[in-house]
Amino acid sequence: MDRIINYGEAIREATDQEMERDPGVINLGIGIDDMRAFYGTLKGLAAKYGEARVFGTPLAEDSMTGVAIGAALGGLRPIHVHERMDFVLLAMNQLVNIAAKSRYMYGGAVSVPMVVRACIGRSWGQGAQHSQALHSYFMHIPGLKVVAPTTPYDAKGCLIAAIRDDNPVIYMEHRLLHRYKGHVPPESYTMPFGKARVLAEGTDVTIIGISFMGVECLRARTHLEAVGIKAEVIDPVSLSPLDMDTILKSVHKTGHLLVVDSGWTCCGAGAEIVARIAEGSDGKSIRVRRMGFAPVTCPTVKALEDHFYPNARTIAEAAHSVIHGGKKSWKPEGAEAPEISEFKGPF
Amino acid sequence: MLELTPGLPLTLSPLMASVDQSLCARLYRSMLLIRRLEERVAQVYPTDKIKSPVHLSIGQEATAVGVCEALRPGDVVFGTYRNHAVYLAKGGDLNRMVAELCGKVTGCGRGKAGSMHLVDVGAGVLGASAIVGTSIPNAVGYAYAMKLREQANVSVTFFGDGAVDEGCFYESLNFAALKELPVIFLCENNGYAVNSRQLDRQPSSNIVDRARALGVDAERIDDNDVLAIYEHVTKAAEALRHGHGRPFLFECMTYRWREHVGPNEDFDGLRRNRSEAEVWFARDPIERLAKSLDPEFCKQAEGEVEAKIKAAFEFAEKSSFPPAEDLYGDVFKEN
Repeated sequence: MDRIINYGEAIREATDQEMERDPGVINLGIGIDDMRAFYGTLKGLAAKYGEARVFGTPLAEDSMTGVAIGAALGGLRPIHVHERMDFVLLAMNQLVNIAAKSRYMYGGAVSVPMVVRACIGRSWGQGAQHSQALHSYFMHIPGLKVVAPTTPYDAKGCLIAAIRDDNPVIYMEHRLLHRYKGHVPPESYTMPFGKARVLAEGTDVTIIGISFMGVECLRARTHLEAVGIKAEVIDPVSLSPLDMDTILKSVHKTGHLLVVDSGWTCCGAGAEIVARIAEGSDGKSIRVRRMGFAPVTCPTVKALEDHFYPNARTIAEAAHSVIHGGKKSWKPEGAEAPEISEFKGPF
Repeated sequence: MLELTPGLPLTLSPLMASVDQSLCARLYRSMLLIRRLEERVAQVYPTDKIKSPVHLSIGQEATAVGVCEALRPGDVVFGTYRNHAVYLAKGGDLNRMVAELCGKVTGCGRGKAGSMHLVDVGAGVLGASAIVGTSIPNAVGYAYAMKLREQANVSVTFFGDGAVDEGCFYESLNFAALKELPVIFLCENNGYAVNSRQLDRQPSSNIVDRARALGVDAERIDDNDVLAIYEHVTKAAEALRHGHGRPFLFECMTYRWREHVGPNEDFDGLRRNRSEAEVWFARDPIERLAKSLDPEFCKQAEGEVEAKIKAAFEFAEKSSFPPAEDLYGDVFKEN
């Protein structure tokens, strides 16, 4: 019997189940104790577990990250919640210089079991400073794990795995996925890191979609099917560690790759995937292309914002182009993603 | 010129007469071990056996020792790159420290930490960060965990006057005061951040006022007096263990006798000069404490300390470097 809830509810459920199981799990973040309860993902938890375990913090991302690290060293398992990944930039020193490095530089004497939830904003003109996706910054640093679940099932499984992980984990969630519905078992379970998910099988082109782009890639697949192209859509789920076995198996089968990142392409997650494919495909011929944010700051006005992001139609067009070596051009018609058109806040 | 409180008596705390001799003996041994160890490190340094920048604690022993002697098992300290004194005063293993400085696998960080990141979790030394100010919020977070877990312990964070420039200092005091956490903020004010004078970075020397404005109980302790430091921290730690609702900050005026990093002196007049330093040399906390101890005891302590240090360097010498595979170890903890 399918049990359908949305991504945001899956996050709440994961958090609740882990807080029940382990009294050391705490949630902290700017404004997470207000009536919105971080888009409902923490609804009811302060009342259930007390304010010492779910609390809003002063506007001090730098030192509050340091506090989370210290609490982790002291035996707690903090989940530090950021309403926008853009704000995590204020926390970089603590995350990169302390959280990522403590176990190594202390020769294994300590570990830092903490989760950083970072939400990628998008739509309704979030603009330059409320829409960034900086996962590649964190993928670059040894000592950090990075996950970006797309499905509600993985949203719950990855968060539980992240909470139980004895290392710092950056948990990237996309604002537009919060209302995305899917099958989520009621019991507790984990999604192990380093395992990608083949969302749909195909033979002609491998399309890798990161975070919300996974959803748009599935829509692109439908467009492509109409013109006889069978795309294999892969959701990496975990970005660091990255499941290259699944990706290489697919790319060696199809010979064509399109990586669609929810982020800028320069030095992005897609660049890393393509580099590893090149290294792991000795002698094989594979056509590759990356898509992501336009190489500009995100504009607020929708007329421009619409061109800033890949969408199901431009993804399908790009996949078609990869297969035909850019010699044929085709672009499908279609509506914009319902997650975008139906979005009315809260922001 | 380093600002000193005028008219302060250059004798030990008036409590001295009634302070028990065994406390003085412990304080003396602890400071002496640090002093002699640091001198030996400085002596060995030009041989390149210690291939890591060293920020020596010579001159600043009284702060680390006065504080750590007032702490109990379960209390923790967080250090800075100038952490040798704190590590030893808190009970960090001497052999493993010297091995670490020499990069040996038997070091407290398996050779990967070096001088700037000494750690001894068993002794409550929760590491040291070399980025100024960064360990202050870690100590506050640890105190949060202590409070949530209802431990009657305190978390002490050591930092210098340079760290007081950093935003995270203010953020950390704010949060610690807000949540009434058992934290002691321990500012070792030696007047310099590397070679920059405090008053070239801060409009006035008012660290205590800044802390009080944030809701922290703060006192300045002048004169590098180990007994005064011990007394203040003992009282503060006891209060915090019994639920005192405000964290403490102690600004301990002190002076670093050697250059910022390295084994040498830096009184070449380019920034620091000897006349400034001589005021502090004359108030050497070790010599001052020796005056109230039996000279036979002091002589014996020298012998004991020398033997321990010799053994530590021998231990380091005999130990191996980490094997190449260790490069890849401990990036993550496997669950």
